[in-house]
Amino acid sequence: MAHALQMTDIVKSFDGRMALDRAEFCADWGEVHGLLGENGAGKTSLMNVLCGLYRPDAGRMSIDGVEHRIEGPSHARALGIGMVHQHFKLVQPFTIAENVMLANPQKSWRKGVATVSEGIARLSDELGFEIDPAARIDRISVAEQQRVEIVKVLMGGARLLILDEPTSVLTDEEAARLLRTIQALARRGACVILITHKLREVLAHADRVTVMRSGRTVATVAARGTSAADLARMMVGDAPVDDTEPGQSGPVRLEISDLTARRDDGVSTVRGLSLTVRSGQIYGLAGVGGNGQTELAEVLMGVRAPETGHIGLDGSDITALHPKRRRALGIRNVPADRSAYGLAQELSVGDNYASTRLGSGSFGTLAWVSRRTIGAQTSAALKDFEIQGAAVDTSVRLLSGGNAQKLVLARELHGEPAVIVAHSPTHGLDVRACAAVHDHLRAARDFGAAVLLISEDLDEVLNLSDVVGVINRGAIVGELGRPADRHRVGELMLGHA
Amino acid sequence: MVEFIVNWIAFTPVFAVPLMLASIGLIINERAGVMNLCAEGIMLVGAFAGVVVYIESGNILALGTLGAIAAGLVVSALFAFMVVTMRLNQVVAGIAIVFFASGLTGLIGNPWTERAVEGFTKVDMGVLSTIPVLGKIVFSQDLMVYASVPIVYFVWRFLHRSIPGMKLRAVGENPQAADAAGVSIEFMRFGAVVTGGALVGLAGGYLALAASKIWVEDMTHGRGWIAVALVIFARWRPGRAVLGALLFGGIEALIPRIQAVGLAVPQYLLLMMPYLVTLAVLTYVGLVSRTGSGAPGALGLPYVREDRR
Repeated sequence: MAHALQMTDIVKSFDGRMALDRAEFCADWGEVHGLLGENGAGKTSLMNVLCGLYRPDAGRMSIDGVEHRIEGPSHARALGIGMVHQHFKLVQPFTIAENVMLANPQKSWRKGVATVSEGIARLSDELGFEIDPAARIDRISVAEQQRVEIVKVLMGGARLLILDEPTSVLTDEEAARLLRTIQALARRGACVILITHKLREVLAHADRVTVMRSGRTVATVAARGTSAADLARMMVGDAPVDDTEPGQSGPVRLEISDLTARRDDGVSTVRGLSLTVRSGQIYGLAGVGGNGQTELAEVLMGVRAPETGHIGLDGSDITALHPKRRRALGIRNVPADRSAYGLAQELSVGDNYASTRLGSGSFGTLAWVSRRTIGAQTSAALKDFEIQGAAVDTSVRLLSGGNAQKLVLARELHGEPAVIVAHSPTHGLDVRACAAVHDHLRAARDFGAAVLLISEDLDEVLNLSDVVGVINRGAIVGELGRPADRHRVGELMLGHA
Repeated sequence: MVEFIVNWIAFTPVFAVPLMLASIGLIINERAGVMNLCAEGIMLVGAFAGVVVYIESGNILALGTLGAIAAGLVVSALFAFMVVTMRLNQVVAGIAIVFFASGLTGLIGNPWTERAVEGFTKVDMGVLSTIPVLGKIVFSQDLMVYASVPIVYFVWRFLHRSIPGMKLRAVGENPQAADAAGVSIEFMRFGAVVTGGALVGLAGGYLALAASKIWVEDMTHGRGWIAVALVIFARWRPGRAVLGALLFGGIEALIPRIQAVGLAVPQYLLLMMPYLVTLAVLTYVGLVSRTGSGAPGALGLPYVREDRR
């Protein structure tokens, strides 16, 4: 029998960065196939290629033994491929029936509502869902919305169902229920692909597992007879850690104790986190995305108030200080979202470079800003940080990701910073820019700064850090000295605390 | 007193219909996610075109009305090109069009200024029109008043009981979801802006040909802005827009009544009333609606597809 799906040598790059590097994937009818990997391993990119959202640079795909070039989402849908995205594509004030109808064209309104409602009722019966077609999306829970997405995709005739991190928004009980449903679908002959980074889930509910790492397929194994440790090893790989000099650490600079913080939706994501970073040390915080890193970085920046806990700098409490005061004390940030927090897109390179020190008198007085000083200092910084192809008056919007990040670094590392909080500093950058960013962080450390590196890129953390802390569900679950054991870090990251 | 009230109610539709048509047109626009602040400008151009075509065609009312609709189409197509095709800022583009319309009609409007027109006349329904009270209120209006009833019903039915209407609302609420479902965002938005614009143009034409029966520079006097506010008051629902239009039309109809009976109320206070009520109504809506404004989720946001690289 032909494979339900076979993807061969799929290549896809974004801005010169390889997201998929000759990835392979093969799945059969009647199975639940787990697709496992760290954040950024290429799982979602590979599936986006399959469902027509991304056009691959190279590679071949065949469905049921027939080769296809998938032209777009509607073509994929016609081939029976349906994807439930991590962010649901539902229209909030619409009813369930209307949402299903939107995705599955009907001829007339009245008949359409009837047909669709009937179909929803039939499918929910089969799958054991309780769905009221007349209920509005904004009145039902996230778990119910997910069921609507599944029903929507199945009603479109999908036989190849892709679920992207489906359990990340569910409670444990809801997740168990969903996974049972998925198995039932597979038993009825569908091919279900489950994208996840949760080992336990895959081992308990998938028939086979494909592991991806940095855009490549590592292996496809049967779930039965494979241990969590094996999978964790495949996920984190064995890349060698380069042997640059470790930092000479001094006294404790940054001290975080028992910190808790909530996300905007009220969910507590940082839960009793404590860590200390010494002067001249890079503390790498490893962890799967969404375990509280974002909120921690925001609390340290001073843009999010913590619920409880303290932040100390050189022994004095700075928990409640305004961002401006923190900056004056030498706390600098390299935020994860450059375009939102790091730089003003429409302003020039020079204005962005000068922006944080305008109040300090470096560029003239409050009433009279010396453009000449700004120009001179910015030019010097552009040279020091090797930001090519940009001038003082270039609009920041026009910079490449790498140059924009170097500009952020140039500004934040100016003077002698006491603490640097760098969150995913190389996200989306090419290899050369990555190396430059790493060099600058190391240099800052050697000057005596305490660097807190928050990153989802395990290689980066292992290469740079003098101490590796692992964050899982909002707390530090382990700290390892240099050189940190990669597999131990992987287990801590992926373990269920 | 009874006569005063009957006259007042009988005069209300003439003032209410322009606001009603304009706000219904805006609801079509905004339900598709396009924030339309140029209603004042489109109404002005509609009013001007209505009068010009009416006079130049030798007082043919149907042509005047069509002229107003056509003018609304043209101006809103320009607006749609700016905000849908070019994805410019909708607020800025809308306000620019208002000033453009005001300037343009002022510049070329002189030959037609202050020439009284007959325009829409009351329909005489014979016996029906002579029924006391009801005859005057219900059976002696002009054609457009009667026509506006099916127009509103049709728009409501289209938006809430038809597949294309559902797609249009999906585009305004969550364009990403609509795009994923295969709906063309640009087509829907362009269509919504132009269709809505035609109604707003018609509203302007009716204002000139039925209410004022004359073209004067900047004669819309902020009614386009009131229509914008009405849409918020109506929470983007056609039915409630009708109620709101009647309320404001009622107030406008009251002004000449009060002056006619010689009550000593300062003229400027009267003229200010509609705007004062607008402020009060918006404040009220803001205070009462705890569940959000009811505004379409993507209102005012240009849609750019996630990079499909």
